[in-house]
Amino acid sequence: MSQPEVLQQSFELGFTYTRSVGPVVGRFLTELRNRNIVGIKASDGRVVVPPMEYDPDTAEELSEFVEVGQEGEIVSFAWVKEPREAHPMDRPFAWAMIRLDGADVPMIHCVAANAESDVATGARVKAVWADETIGFITDIRCFELA
Amino acid sequence: MSEEQDVITGIEAPVYLKYNFTAGAAAARFLHQIKKGVLTGQRCPSCQQVYIPPRGSCAACGCPTEEEVEVADKATIQSFTIVTIPIPNNPIQPPYIIANLVADGANISFLHLISECVNEDVHIGQRVQALWKPEEEWDYAMDNIRYFRPIDEPDVPVEMIGKLPVTGWEGSADD
Ligand SMILES: [Zn+2]
Repeated sequence: MSQPEVLQQSFELGFTYTRSVGPVVGRFLTELRNRNIVGIKASDGRVVVPPMEYDPDTAEELSEFVEVGQEGEIVSFAWVKEPREAHPMDRPFAWAMIRLDGADVPMIHCVAANAESDVATGARVKAVWADETIGFITDIRCFELA
Repeated sequence: MSEEQDVITGIEAPVYLKYNFTAGAAAARFLHQIKKGVLTGQRCPSCQQVYIPPRGSCAACGCPTEEEVEVADKATIQSFTIVTIPIPNNPIQPPYIIANLVADGANISFLHLISECVNEDVHIGQRVQALWKPEEEWDYAMDNIRYFRPIDEPDVPVEMIGKLPVTGWEGSADD
């Protein structure tokens, strides 16, 4: 058997899922479309962002939405040197856990910065909104250093 | 919260997996042959089963398979399904039939389309033959065969499916 040339082909496997978000995440996304960020108050008084449906301690249904600030503090971060196709930015950026003002737990989002050395734990950041908001997490295009 | 717009109830959450598939020696050899309009499998040196498309080894024995065997473009329907639900990005409009076919001279099935048939009349054991694309369109692809279509030959009993010689069903009946 002679050895044929190597054959290669790219192909894509796609799953075109849609997801029902429910009333709590639905409220969060609807607020994002209006350029507001809301969390929800847990039984111990903590404000959780993005809001969750059930209390982490008592498992009771939560319903008290709280608007939080559009600025916050980086709790931790990872610098992405080489963004991949699916990433929200096509230049180096940071994934960060950001605790928004008025919130008690951090949420993940991306931080635009010119260099890794500009990003630090404890740094203040503020939300940058997309030109057009649609009710999706990318309505916050990114955070930038405040 | 704005009263003017509807509350968000759902999001798009697609997942796309992008692969670069390398055929490997056995599949590449198969694809080079099908580019010439020839279906080529491999025979296991131990159990004598003929695999098409070949994977380079016998799934049952684990032996490397090197002997190349040409199989026919006539085949028998081993199983089939009538697809009635559209699949996103699939150019074929339902209803259509996808079938496990065993080519004459092969012992394992491959998937292909059945067409030029009454869908409700398609059945296990039915004899079909490849309808090839025009030769100038042949590429390194199984869809050089547009589909398989029924031929006027008697049905193959279930216990004989996957055991026909390359000379075919009527050929074997004459033996
Ligand atoms: Zn074997």
